[in-house]
Amino acid sequence: MERLLSFESDHLRATELRLGLPGSDKPSVRPKNNKRASSEISQESKSNSCASNAGNDDERDSAPPAKVQVVGWPPIRSYRKNTLQVQAKTSESELCRGMYVKVSMDGAPYLRKIDLKVYTCYPELLNALENMFQLTIGKYSEREGYNGSDYAPTYEDKDGDWMLVGDVPWGMFITTCKRLRIMRGSEAKGLACV
Amino acid sequence: MESESKRKKESPNTAELAVTASFPDEVLEIVLSLLTSHRDRSSVSLVCKDWYRAERWSRTQVFIGNCYSVSPEILTRRFPNIRSVTLKGKPRFSDFNLVPPNWGADIHAWLVAFAAKYPFLEELRLKRMAVSDESLEFLASNFPNFKLLSLLSCDGFSTDGLAAIATHCKNLTELDIQENGIEDSSGSWLSCFPESFTSLEVLNFANLTSEVNTDALERLVSRCKSLKVLKVNKSISLEQLQRLLVRAPQLEELGTGSFLQDLTARPYADLESAFNNCKNIHTLSGLWEAVPLYLPALYNSCANLTFLNLSYTALQSGEFAKLVVHCPRLRRLWVLDTVEDKGLEAVGSNCPLLEELRVFPADPFDEEIIHGVTEEGFVAVSFGCRRLHYVLYFCRQMTNAAVATIVQNCPNFTHFRLCIMTPGLPDYLTNEPMDEAFGAVVKTCSKLQRLSVSGLLTDLTFEYIGKYAKNLETLSVAFAGRSDRGMQCVLEGCPKLRKLEIRDCPFGNEALLSGLEKYESMRSLWMSACNVTMNACRRLAKQMPRLNVEVMKEDGSDDSQADKVYIYRTVAGPRRDAPPSVLTL
Repeated sequence: MERLLSFESDHLRATELRLGLPGSDKPSVRPKNNKRASSEISQESKSNSCASNAGNDDERDSAPPAKVQVVGWPPIRSYRKNTLQVQAKTSESELCRGMYVKVSMDGAPYLRKIDLKVYTCYPELLNALENMFQLTIGKYSEREGYNGSDYAPTYEDKDGDWMLVGDVPWGMFITTCKRLRIMRGSEAKGLACV
Repeated sequence: MESESKRKKESPNTAELAVTASFPDEVLEIVLSLLTSHRDRSSVSLVCKDWYRAERWSRTQVFIGNCYSVSPEILTRRFPNIRSVTLKGKPRFSDFNLVPPNWGADIHAWLVAFAAKYPFLEELRLKRMAVSDESLEFLASNFPNFKLLSLLSCDGFSTDGLAAIATHCKNLTELDIQENGIEDSSGSWLSCFPESFTSLEVLNFANLTSEVNTDALERLVSRCKSLKVLKVNKSISLEQLQRLLVRAPQLEELGTGSFLQDLTARPYADLESAFNNCKNIHTLSGLWEAVPLYLPALYNSCANLTFLNLSYTALQSGEFAKLVVHCPRLRRLWVLDTVEDKGLEAVGSNCPLLEELRVFPADPFDEEIIHGVTEEGFVAVSFGCRRLHYVLYFCRQMTNAAVATIVQNCPNFTHFRLCIMTPGLPDYLTNEPMDEAFGAVVKTCSKLQRLSVSGLLTDLTFEYIGKYAKNLETLSVAFAGRSDRGMQCVLEGCPKLRKLEIRDCPFGNEALLSGLEKYESMRSLWMSACNVTMNACRRLAKQMPRLNVEVMKEDGSDDSQADKVYIYRTVAGPRRDAPPSVLTL
């Protein structure tokens, strides 16, 4: 019981919501029995996470804005850490952080941007485009493209060619699409698959 | 046979022994040779002198969990007929950069002893050892029967060493290079396997990054008809993989290379058909940079998969869920937390046979990431996978209630390793410590052998562990506890404890010294960034001569503090190869 009470007083402050930068109202006092050398200083940047020395002391390491990593924490093998870091750098822009492409529409004064990752299939994408630009695109058919509708969605692929949206599998589309352009129906007729 | 003549010299008076021995030594040895478990063999050797003798002559495999617990001389003297050696070196926390470089655990002295006493050595499995190219060259040149080399989490060697192995080991069946600190200068080592070489059964070079000669690899795979395990590295493209699969339809374990390539329709169809043709694949890994587009090529192969390792593939929940639907027989699954809770729900729904789950963090150091997995994913798996007994789970939040539910669903945990990534984080819903979570684990899971704790923990957690975790062998603790009492509870209460590793906890001298007698029954104790002093360590060293007490000092720390302490039992005495940063007391 005693233990619980002392715990509560210790941590109540830590979990209190307040305005201001983390640690801005706490003195940066190192507890006397902090045995860690400078290379292992643990500094919390979140204002609501408790400091690691949840031991005999009431002082907390204050959390300056800069994040300092604790050596060897989380416990992940260096090999794995290094491999994932390399992968994250190379694939970050494409796979992990959203795939934003520009969308232009003939006649519109400015371009828009959409995140292709948000959609899982063509109908969803077309629906979103229809909503964004307040127009109808119509149904896709392999034979006639978007014939019959006012507009046709096209995209520029990795090779720089302008393609009709819908011909290739969705997965291939999102990895090769660089930008979208909504063409007027009359112009688009020329792009339909023959 | 050499061994027979030696045996006759050692048992001079068979007439005397005939009264007590129920059957002759030869029969005893044959019986004992059927014993493979190291623990059983240890027990057998303690029965009586005859059995000790028979056991040592018949033992062909030896497992040494701490390379400093015994010396090469003592080993070779006791066991004359060893063909297979497994050695583990550095303390586990060296994986996380907590051990100074050049700490030790060098394989070379062992190899020299083996060359003299075990010239017919066939297998060497090393974990966390320092291995140089020179050692690999020595190995390759001195053991004509050498068959199996497995290096896990080792460091100090380069691809030149591998070239030596490939060149000289004519009878090699297994080359398994995993997660090592390798200097990868070139892929030409693979071309060193001679054209006449056909015995390879296992080849794992997923660890390496440099390009290998794909023609040489194809020819190697073609002529090694017994190849069962092939794990290539990132440099191998999908098209190259297809050509390899076509040449090895008998494969049972496959590690793909890069899964990212612009394939047109025809090569994709070829790839799919190549996978379909490999009907025996039960383990799949690699899939570096996998783009969801090509995953369907695997779907048919997944039907018989028992182990799927996606821990280097950042799949999102949707694409992962689509894949996992095809894996109903999965027993072991390793994933990145990019699959999120939704992905894990799909696991719970589709993989009723699952026994092991490991979820690794894709971005462990980025505190702005709000994705990853939470307690919900873990709970979902526990509802669907009642056979779950091994879990390694990295997450950013957890609750006591969730863990209680999980162990209620899955009471058979043998390995429970939970890592809440922010140190000292409480139950995020109740703001209470996570004591009750681990209490539930040890109370419910009576078979628990290994436990890693995390989150905000008071001494209560350790009271629970000491009281209930009677089968616990390995315990890892970080940023937890309130006082010496915590550690004392564990030392007093866990009879089977073998490895205890502690970092950044308020445990001090009293706790350390309370385990005085206990440490001889354990493999090792690691304590770093705790409250232990040099004097206490000296006292411990003085009172327990059969323990090695080693202290690693940090630069600029207080002289009286023992920053990092590593204590282990040994029959080899203090080691003589410690670097200056390691003090042996």
